[in-house]
Amino acid sequence: MTATLQRDRHRDRAARANKSGFSFARVGAMVLRHWYLLRSSWPRLLEIVYWPAVNLLTWGLVQTYVQQHSGFFANAAGLIIGAMLLSDVLIRGQQGFSFAFLEELWSRNIGNLMMSPLRPSELLASLMVVSLIRLAIGMIPVSLVAIALFDFNIWGLGGVLALFFLNLILTGWSVGIVIAGVLLRQGMAAESFAWTVIFAVVPITCVYYPVATLPSFLQPVAWSLPPTYVFEGMRAALIGHQFRSDLMLDAFLINLVLMGIATVGFYWLLNSARRQGSLLSTGE
Amino acid sequence: MSAEAAITVEALTKIYGQTRAVDGVSFTVPLGATVGLLGGNGAGKTTTIGMIMGLIQPDGGKISVLGAAMPAARSRVLHRMNFESPYVDMPHRLTVRQNLTVFGRLYGVDGVADRIRQLAEDFALTDLLDRPAGRLSAGQKTRVALAKALINDPDVLLLDEPTASLDPDTADWVRSRLETYRHTFGVGILLASHNMPEVERLCDNVIMLKQGRIVDTGSPADLVSRYGRSDMEEVFLDVARGRGEAAHLAGWENG
Repeated sequence: MTATLQRDRHRDRAARANKSGFSFARVGAMVLRHWYLLRSSWPRLLEIVYWPAVNLLTWGLVQTYVQQHSGFFANAAGLIIGAMLLSDVLIRGQQGFSFAFLEELWSRNIGNLMMSPLRPSELLASLMVVSLIRLAIGMIPVSLVAIALFDFNIWGLGGVLALFFLNLILTGWSVGIVIAGVLLRQGMAAESFAWTVIFAVVPITCVYYPVATLPSFLQPVAWSLPPTYVFEGMRAALIGHQFRSDLMLDAFLINLVLMGIATVGFYWLLNSARRQGSLLSTGE
Repeated sequence: MSAEAAITVEALTKIYGQTRAVDGVSFTVPLGATVGLLGGNGAGKTTTIGMIMGLIQPDGGKISVLGAAMPAARSRVLHRMNFESPYVDMPHRLTVRQNLTVFGRLYGVDGVADRIRQLAEDFALTDLLDRPAGRLSAGQKTRVALAKALINDPDVLLLDEPTASLDPDTADWVRSRLETYRHTFGVGILLASHNMPEVERLCDNVIMLKQGRIVDTGSPADLVSRYGRSDMEEVFLDVARGRGEAAHLAGWENG
């Protein structure tokens, strides 16, 4: 009788969660799963901080040298470090999302998840939260090091920084969502996309130089990518000390379109994986 | 469609290229019964289970689980189903307790800590709860996978080779647990297995698959009798080696 009552309680609770459609409790369960993983592995934690730290030291020293020899850079302190930190939000945001998804493939856990009540939308939402946690672990210490070593305080951008961050992370997630779909469809053969795809985007988004620097045929491509607006906006803030709300709005609108396309693409690839039976064999 | 059916499958078909992996398969798993899905490698067992679970999209036919059409209405019943399969694993770095906690929460289990404690006692996992899943032996992993499969007290259980890597003593013990669970809660179990003594012990009914088609069905005792054999092992070999029809007819005539 006790066992039956316990079972009824499980059912009631699960039925309530299903009635509500999207379940934050299931998203929380997945975030907990990745939190357990991060806690259990110091090499993973170290890796999250390692690359942003190496980038900061490299570009910070380049900036110090250039500032000493260029009046332009002397008047625009932090231009290179700021660009580096913001580009890392884009890169690490996408990679944090993709790596968290890859963890499920590496551990052959994706079948368990796809068979559980977890919905694809909840899986994607949990990956977004995990990417934010990984970004916080990697970027907050590095931003503090930038203050200590290079006298550059990115937090000084205030509310503008939040808009920059929002637009960059949305683009990173869109790329991550498409890569997750490709991984479901193609399996681990597509694993390297998680590392490489974003680096093809970065040069066109004009992280360290104005859009005008690009060849004219590439400039429309650059303006179709939200990070371009963010980096132009950052230069406007650091050089001209002005906030370009028009750039942030354009970036946000393009991000909404990209997120929509990425989500549709993910579901299409997921359905294709179901048709091909590749969810049960996501190995090489 | 019967209200009592745990699983109803009608004319289920899956085609990969030129291969009909599952070809017009129909069967029912009633609540309170264990149905065995038997066949050699490539017979279509895992594909059939994959389609019932919603991991594989059928090319034809219908699947209903607890009255819900799959995969369209899967969100209505997934919290009442669970499975165990050698094709999936659990995160290796997480401890057994952490893994079961995550799955308990995913399935909306009330009182996850108590449920884990209870499952740990049932499956002799208490001493393993704080060990990373990757450091378990194959037999221990199977027990953890079964604990995960029962964490939500499912009404429908899909088991793919549940005792494949267990020693005879542990395998026997697991079978007892499954029997008890089925009788206590009246669940429907679909069991894919190559272990014929296990099939004879656990299954009320057996579906014999070959090249994606059902070649015979019946209770283990009925099949053994009809094929004129002494056990299911011999029946399986008859079917797998194409002697099924001749043996079946011989058994029929002798009977």
